Amino acid sequence: MAPAVEFRSVARTFGTVRAVDGVSLSVEPGEFFAMLGPSGSGKTTCLRLIAGFELPDEGHVLLDGRDVSSVPPYERNVNTVFQDYALFPHMTVLENVAYGPRMRGVKSDDRTAAAREMLNLVKLHGFEDRRPAQLSGGQKQRVALARALINHPKVLLLDEPLGALDLKLREEMQIELRSLQRRIGITFIYVTHDQGEALSMSDRVAVFNAGRIEQMASARELYTKPRTTFVARFVGGANVAEGEVAARLAGSPQPFAIRAESVHVLAPGEPVAPGLVSAEGTVLDVQFHGATSRWQVRLDAGDVFSATRGTGDSSNVPSAAGERVRLAWPRASMVMLEA
Amino acid sequence: MNARTLSTFFYRRPTFYLLLLLAPPLLWLGTAYLGTLFALLTQSIYSIDEFTAQIVRTPTLATYRQLFTQPANLDIVLRTLTMAICVTIAAAFIAFPIANYMVRYASPATRAAFYVAILVPMWASYLVKVYAWRLILAKEGILNWMFEAAGAEGVLAAILQIPGIGGPSLASSYIGMFIVFVYMWLPYMILPIAAALERVPASLLQASADLGARPRQTLRSVVLPLVTPGLAAGSVFTFSLTLGDYIIPSIVGAPGYFIGMMVYQQQGTAGNIPLAAAFSVVPIVLIGVYLALVKRLGAFDAM
Amino acid sequence: MRCRRVPLLSRLTAYAGIAFLHFPVLIILLYAFTTEDRTYEFPPPGLTLKWFRLAFERSDMWAAMRLSLAVASVATLAALVLGTLAALALASGRFRGKNTITLLFVLPIALPGIITGIALLSAIKLVGLAPGFWTIVAGHATFCIVIVHNNVIARLRRLPPSWVEASMDLGADGWQTFRAVLLPQIGTALLAGGLLAFALSFDEIIVTIFTSGHERTLPIWFFNELFRPRDRPITNVVAVFVIAATLIPIVLAYYLTRPAEERT
Repeated sequence: MAPAVEFRSVARTFGTVRAVDGVSLSVEPGEFFAMLGPSGSGKTTCLRLIAGFELPDEGHVLLDGRDVSSVPPYERNVNTVFQDYALFPHMTVLENVAYGPRMRGVKSDDRTAAAREMLNLVKLHGFEDRRPAQLSGGQKQRVALARALINHPKVLLLDEPLGALDLKLREEMQIELRSLQRRIGITFIYVTHDQGEALSMSDRVAVFNAGRIEQMASARELYTKPRTTFVARFVGGANVAEGEVAARLAGSPQPFAIRAESVHVLAPGEPVAPGLVSAEGTVLDVQFHGATSRWQVRLDAGDVFSATRGTGDSSNVPSAAGERVRLAWPRASMVMLEA
Repeated sequence: MNARTLSTFFYRRPTFYLLLLLAPPLLWLGTAYLGTLFALLTQSIYSIDEFTAQIVRTPTLATYRQLFTQPANLDIVLRTLTMAICVTIAAAFIAFPIANYMVRYASPATRAAFYVAILVPMWASYLVKVYAWRLILAKEGILNWMFEAAGAEGVLAAILQIPGIGGPSLASSYIGMFIVFVYMWLPYMILPIAAALERVPASLLQASADLGARPRQTLRSVVLPLVTPGLAAGSVFTFSLTLGDYIIPSIVGAPGYFIGMMVYQQQGTAGNIPLAAAFSVVPIVLIGVYLALVKRLGAFDAM
Repeated sequence: MRCRRVPLLSRLTAYAGIAFLHFPVLIILLYAFTTEDRTYEFPPPGLTLKWFRLAFERSDMWAAMRLSLAVASVATLAALVLGTLAALALASGRFRGKNTITLLFVLPIALPGIITGIALLSAIKLVGLAPGFWTIVAGHATFCIVIVHNNVIARLRRLPPSWVEASMDLGADGWQTFRAVLLPQIGTALLAGGLLAFALSFDEIIVTIFTSGHERTLPIWFFNELFRPRDRPITNVVAVFVIAATLIPIVLAYYLTRPAEERT
C-alpha cells in the first residue's frame, strides 16, 4: 500500500531562506506522525506543503501515491486543524462544522445530521447554535477538529493545536486526540515544538532542524539512541559533550550523550566502579522535583552536566552551591553521536 | 471552463492572478491620475502667446522664468508657505491636549463619543464650514458680538491694525484666515496623534512614574518622542492642505494672494494654463520635500 | 491608562476643543431660521421657516442637486469595483513593487485637491476634451477609489490568513471562499467605503471647479450663491441639508467600520 504522505527531496525557499532544504519522508497510513522542532525549523512549512497552501520549489509531494504538487487544497483529501483554530466568526458552530459538506454540495438536512454526529464525537453536544466568540479555547479546538474530520480526510494535519491551552487541559487533550486517532484510524500528522508532547502521542517522530530532518524514528528510539547532538539536546534534554570536553571526559573528541538519570552523584574522591567514567566538578544548583532532585554541576572539563538522584536515596553527597562533587556514569550508557 | 477550474488555474499562477486584479485599478490611476500629473508638467513647460492668448505647444522654460523672476510671485509663495507652517504649529499645539485627554483620561465610552464628535465636523461639508466662518467672522457676526459684549472692541480693533495679520475686518484678514485654516484641519491633526498615543503602552507610563518622573517629565521624555510619528503624519495633512487651498483665501481672505488662488485665477479668466501649471508645481515640490523630511520621523507608518 | 485624578485643565481643554469644532455648524443651523435676510446679524432678530419653503422652489438648486447625485453614484460605483480589486491584490502581501503601488494609492490624498484639479484640466486641454459630466466623474472617481481601497484593505488586514486557508482546506475553491468567508467580512467595509466615497463626492468642490466646465454641481451652486447677499438664507437652508445629507452616510460608515472589539 502506498504511503499516506511522501516527500521526495522537497525544497521550498522564501526569498533567500531555504525553509525546507531537501526533505524526504514517508508516512504510513494510520500512523500518528509528529514533526518536531524549534520555530523556524521548517516543520510548519512541510505541513503547509502537505495541505497545499505552499507549492514545492523542488521535489515532489505525494498523497496516497499520487503527485499533488500542483493540486489545490480543495482537491486534496487532507484537512487541517489550524493553530488559531480559524473558526468562521459569522457562522454558528454547526455551520462551521457543516462547511466542508456544504462546499461539496451535500444537502442541507444530510449535512446538518452529519455535523451533529461529529459534534457528539468531540463531546460538544448542545453547542450547535453557539458562535465561536462564545467558546473557550478547548471548545474551539474541538469544533476545529470536528470541522476537519467531517470530511473523512485520509490525512489530518494538526498545526500546534494545543499551544494556547493551559497545562492540565493540554494533557487531557493529548490523551483524547491519541484515542480519537486510534478509534478513527486515519493518519494524523502533528506539528509541535514540545518534545514531551511529540514523544507521548506519536508512533514516529521526525526531528527538524534548519529545514532538514535530523532523525526520524519512534519516540523510544529517539530518546535512547539519538543520532545527532541536536536531537540529543532537543529530545529529552540529555547531557551532550562535544569536541575538547568530550575528549577530556571520554578520551575521544566524538560527541556523546548521556541521560541525566544515568549519571550518579558521588562525594569527591569516592571510589568509582570499573566500567564507569568519572568527572569532577562544582555544584551550581540542586533543583527539587518531587520524586527526584536534579544536580547541575560545572565540570572541570568544561560544560554543565545534569544528574538526577532519587529523593529516597539517603547517602550523603554534597548539595550546596560551590561544593565539590564527583559524577560517574556507565560507559555503556553513553550514546555516541554524529556531529 | 467552470469556476473551479478557473480557480485552480489561478492557484498555480499566483502572480498572474495578482496582475489581473491590479490591472483595472492601476490602469485607471495610471491614466486618470498619473497621466494628468504628467499633462500638468507638460503644460508647465508650454507658454502662452500674449497676443493670441493661445497655448504655444513648444517646450520652453519661459513660464517658469516668469514665475520665479516676478517678485510678486515669490511673495505669494512665501506668504502661502508661512501660513502653512503657522497653521501646522498651531494645530499641533491645540490638537495634542485634546488627543491626550481622549486617550489617557477619558473612559472608553467618552473616548468613543469624542471620536464621533471629531469625525462629524471633520466630514461635514467643507464649503458649508468655510461659509459658516464667513458668517461668524463678519463685522455683524457672532465673534464681533462676543468682543462687544465683553467690552473688548478695542482689543479686536488693535489686533486688526497689526500689519501682516490684520485687515479691514476679521472676515478679510490673515488672522481670520488663520483661524479658519486651523479649524478646518484640526481633526486631521487630532486623529493621528490620538492613534499614536493609543499605541503607547500604559506600562511605559507606569514605569516612568515608578522611576520617579513627574507627569510633565514623563510627557516630555516618554510620550512626546513616541508620539512624534503621529504628529508628523498630522502635519503632512495640515501643511499640504493649507499650501494648496484656494477657496478659504477667497472667501475669508486678506487681499494678498495665495498659491492656490493664483492657480485658480490663471486658469480661469486669464486662460493661462501653463502659468497655472507652473504655479502648482511649486506646492508639489514643497510637499515632496516635506514628505521626505517627515518620512524620517516615521510619519508614513502613522498614517 | 486612566489616572484616577483627571487634571481639570486637560478636561477643560478637550471639551473646549470639541465645542470649537462644532460651533460653526451650529451657527449655520441657527442662521437657517433667521428673519434677517443678510444673515450676518447676531443675535438673529427673529426666527422663521420661510427660507425652507423658498429654497425648495429654486429649480436651479434642484438641477445642481440632481447632477451631484448622479456624479456621486457613478463615481462610487466605479470606486467600489476598482477599489476592492486593488485591496484584494495589495492585501495578499509579498510581491515586488508593492511599495510603489501603495504610494500610488496615497498620492491622491497626500497632494492637495488643487493639484488633482489643475492636472485634470491640463490633460483636458491637452487632449482637447470638452469638460462636462464625465470629466467631473473622472476627478471624483480617483479619490473615491482610494477611499474604498483604504477601507477594504484595513478590514482585510485584520483578517487572519488562516480563514481563507481553512476554507480552501475544507473544499471551497477561490470563488466559493470569496462568497462564503471574505464577502461577509469585508461587506461592512465595502458599505462604509461606499458611503464615505459618496458623501465626499457629493460635497467635492476643490477639484470639481476645474473639471466642470459649464456644469454646476450642488457645491458649485453653493459657491456661486455665496457672493449673492440677497439670497443668503436660502444658502443657509441648503447648507443645512447638505450637512445632513453628508453626515448621515459618514456616521453610518463610522459605526460600520469600528472593530468588533469596540462594539460593546
